[in-house]
Amino acid sequence: MSRLYVARNPRVAARSLDGEMMIMSGRDSTLFTLNKTATILWQAADGATPLEEIVERRICPEFEVEPAEALQDAEILARELASHEILQISEEPIPQTNSPAGEAR
Amino acid sequence: MPELATEVERLSLVIEIGGMPVRVNTTDAAFLTMLQDRYAGFVGSSDCAEIEFDVDLARSSFVDPDADVRVSHRLGRWSMERGDFRAEWEPSSRTGWIRQSANPYSIDAVLRIVHTLVLARQGGFLLHSASAIRNGKAFLFAGVSTAGKTTISRLAPPDATLLTDEISYVRKQDSGYVAFGTPFTGELAKLGENVSAPVAALYLLAKGSENRIDPIPPGEAARSLLANLLFFAEDEELVQSIFHSAFEFVSRVPVSRLTFVPDARVWELIG
Repeated sequence: MSRLYVARNPRVAARSLDGEMMIMSGRDSTLFTLNKTATILWQAADGATPLEEIVERRICPEFEVEPAEALQDAEILARELASHEILQISEEPIPQTNSPAGEAR
Repeated sequence: MPELATEVERLSLVIEIGGMPVRVNTTDAAFLTMLQDRYAGFVGSSDCAEIEFDVDLARSSFVDPDADVRVSHRLGRWSMERGDFRAEWEPSSRTGWIRQSANPYSIDAVLRIVHTLVLARQGGFLLHSASAIRNGKAFLFAGVSTAGKTTISRLAPPDATLLTDEISYVRKQDSGYVAFGTPFTGELAKLGENVSAPVAALYLLAKGSENRIDPIPPGEAARSLLANLLFFAEDEELVQSIFHSAFEFVSRVPVSRLTFVPDARVWELIG
């Protein structure tokens, strides 16, 4: 099974407010509010860390789930976020030129 | 020997909303008079307009003024289009043109769009909300078309100055925000006063069985504000600007839910 890499799409705007991660598509202004799992995935999506490692280190300890099951769910979630152009996914590491506007604020 | 060509007289009007003078040039005296009436109270005298539009009046009107607005940016020019007008604006030269029939609605839409574009770069915005000044402070009342913007405006006491019953003009200034009156009217069909004041609060309107103010979580405040912002441009950079402006606003201005019955006593809670 090939490794999957995830990266934040630099073309979206993102803000965390009171624990809620909100993301707006720069393309069509659609607003998304991420749940806890999606927020962890978003925050860890640096393009260099494999999804498997994100799941093991960040998601499993948080939710006390089996790594295999968590990875399967995380892949589905990552692909869904990618379909909304929130995340980029690839089987190769994804170079990050700049983080989404506002992420560092 | 008589001149072969008669020079057409160019007529001008400066429409100043939110402190931004926009000069409109036309060759049609009747259209100019129509604009003077439409924007009474917002006609400025500035010699140096920030934006200048030449209006080209088409004989027959375009179709479908309810068509979606399209606003796009290419090679330094903004293009704006709806069923009843076409317009372009080049920020670097501060000039543009509008092609429309002799009606006040098309140019009104162009002005709204241009103001949203200018404000977006400055941390401000136009908001679907009524607004009024009381005791030197501005209060915004946001909501969808049935939320009660017109009702709360109609119930305003004599000591409140109505800025708008439909679209509020919010500009970022120093460490806070200032609301300006606008000529953009809703059901009340009454132009706002051309004055401004610092924004003290944003209320999200809800009709209910009693008058009360409830705090709302910051996330909900930001979502509600974003849902009520006017923004038309298909432009990633400006979308990101307006997104962050909304978060800046809710971090500096108290946002609450205002539940009210259609009763003037609701204003006892405001100001």
